[in-house]
Amino acid sequence: MISQKEVQHIAKLARLGLTPKEIEKMQKELSSILDYIEKLEEVDISKVEPSSHLIKVENVMREDEKSKKPEAKSQKLLELVPEKKAGYLKVKSITRAFVQQKRRVEKRTQSSL
Amino acid sequence: MKLTDLTITQAHQGLKKKEFSAIELCKAYLDRIKERDKEIFAFLTINTKKALSQAKKIDDLILQKREIPQLAGIPVAIKDNILVEDLKCTAGSKILGNYIAPYDATVIKKLKEKAAVILGKTNLDEFAMGSSTENSAFGATRNPHDLIRVPGGSSGGSAAAVAANECVYALGSDTGGSIRLPASFCGVVGLKPTYGAVSRYGLIAFASSLDQIGPITKTAQDCKTVFEAIKGKDGLDSTSIETPKIKNLKFKIENLRIGIPKEYFVKGIEPEVEKVIKAAIKKYEEMGARIEEVSLPHTEYANPAYYIISPSEASANLSRYDGIKYGYSTKEAKDLMEIYLKSKGEGFGQEVRRRIMLGTYSLSSGYYEAYYLRAQKVRTLVKEDFKKVFEKVDVLLTPVSPVLPFKIGEKIDDPLSMYLVDVYTVSINLAGLPALSLPCGKAGHLPVGLQIIGKPFEENKILEIGEIFEKTCQR
Repeated sequence: MISQKEVQHIAKLARLGLTPKEIEKMQKELSSILDYIEKLEEVDISKVEPSSHLIKVENVMREDEKSKKPEAKSQKLLELVPEKKAGYLKVKSITRAFVQQKRRVEKRTQSSL
Repeated sequence: MKLTDLTITQAHQGLKKKEFSAIELCKAYLDRIKERDKEIFAFLTINTKKALSQAKKIDDLILQKREIPQLAGIPVAIKDNILVEDLKCTAGSKILGNYIAPYDATVIKKLKEKAAVILGKTNLDEFAMGSSTENSAFGATRNPHDLIRVPGGSSGGSAAAVAANECVYALGSDTGGSIRLPASFCGVVGLKPTYGAVSRYGLIAFASSLDQIGPITKTAQDCKTVFEAIKGKDGLDSTSIETPKIKNLKFKIENLRIGIPKEYFVKGIEPEVEKVIKAAIKKYEEMGARIEEVSLPHTEYANPAYYIISPSEASANLSRYDGIKYGYSTKEAKDLMEIYLKSKGEGFGQEVRRRIMLGTYSLSSGYYEAYYLRAQKVRTLVKEDFKKVFEKVDVLLTPVSPVLPFKIGEKIDDPLSMYLVDVYTVSINLAGLPALSLPCGKAGHLPVGLQIIGKPFEENKILEIGEIFEKTCQR
């Protein structure tokens, strides 16, 4: 059976926010599916190559030219962006929470000095 | 005959002979949707205004006595994971609840070139993950043959719409049976083309090495018409290929060698389903085809391999829904990480989350070889099984599903029992082969579908074999 800690780790890798209750449910469901999948261990694959496509896939080449996306097309794409500013995508700070946490730690260290 | 009972061939003749106009045809279907879809819930978006203006254009062409393509003016429904420019495209997910498609999928571009009339977008399991259409964030579709039962999935909206005469034909997508299963459950014809025969550009990706777009129609002949219209190599999908020309299409049924894989008739198949399928096989035998039992020894490993490979690819494909570029974005987040965690956590439904987790696990460090790589090797064995069998026979006949359409709610809380509905369809996607789901009889009031599996790029052959059956049964 997959552990709760593993489920939490996988959820983090997938950037999937799950509540503790959901983690617990997921643990049970994944375990039963993984038990089913274990059937694959019966197959002798020692001399088998993996395959992903039926037909041999070949590289497709094209001229490396500037795309001729008309203004209207890029406008359409921009309209779909949840948060934007002056024609750019706006994202939250990567570091804000980190910096805040660091400050808290520093403060604590200082006050304990 | 009512306008809403027509096949593509009949509707095309009617338009050409001016028995009715494209506007009349379009209105008949829009009225039918209004009247019937409250119960069925096949449609997520109805495209009334644009459908009518498109129909008007075709009437003008007919008035000018211009030649019109076979699909011109014929009302079609599109699964809501295929992009139609300026129409909402939700993939059945809350995370794309307000997403307006910024461009046309290649198949839509092709249909528009043939002057098709797009009626609207149809319901599906979220991101095409499911076998019942109950996983849609917007509610379950009902089976037109029995409203308390599921229409199959994931293209349940498309199949139900065709079966309920809410459109003449529809497009679906098939990753592990998502065209064939609902076609079987709803008693209509569904084709999963050879991998690469139809461009996937503009199809919302689920598992890229398995996904294919295909038609859902009332007859095998209609299926051929739609397939011819949407297939072909596309510069925008590097895995698409030009279908090689197959010679000697006109074959004699006496020379046809049909294989019956014994692994498809084992424990787990409902006796009523087996009875109808065996009777259909008998019909081919009576017509003169040679029937022989064959073996696909790795059949039982195909489904577990599928449930590693498809979630793995899905977990990579669905990482793009991050709350930044488009789609649902959480309102409460302190930093970037929280945007990801909350947007995905709040935006994805149960089944999608399960598969993302399963896929991420299979691909994660330390498990890749035990799961993903092992599954890709089993995939090779599944492929080789078919290759060997096709040296002896021309096509294979099997059931589409081991079970009859089940009741809404019956399997939704037990993911594994839902996965087992796909045991007869997933191998075909793993091997990349074409397969047709053909209505071949009923068990009580519930339809049963026969699966006709062909060699790569022999869509026309399996369609013709389907047509032979239709003609014989109509007699």
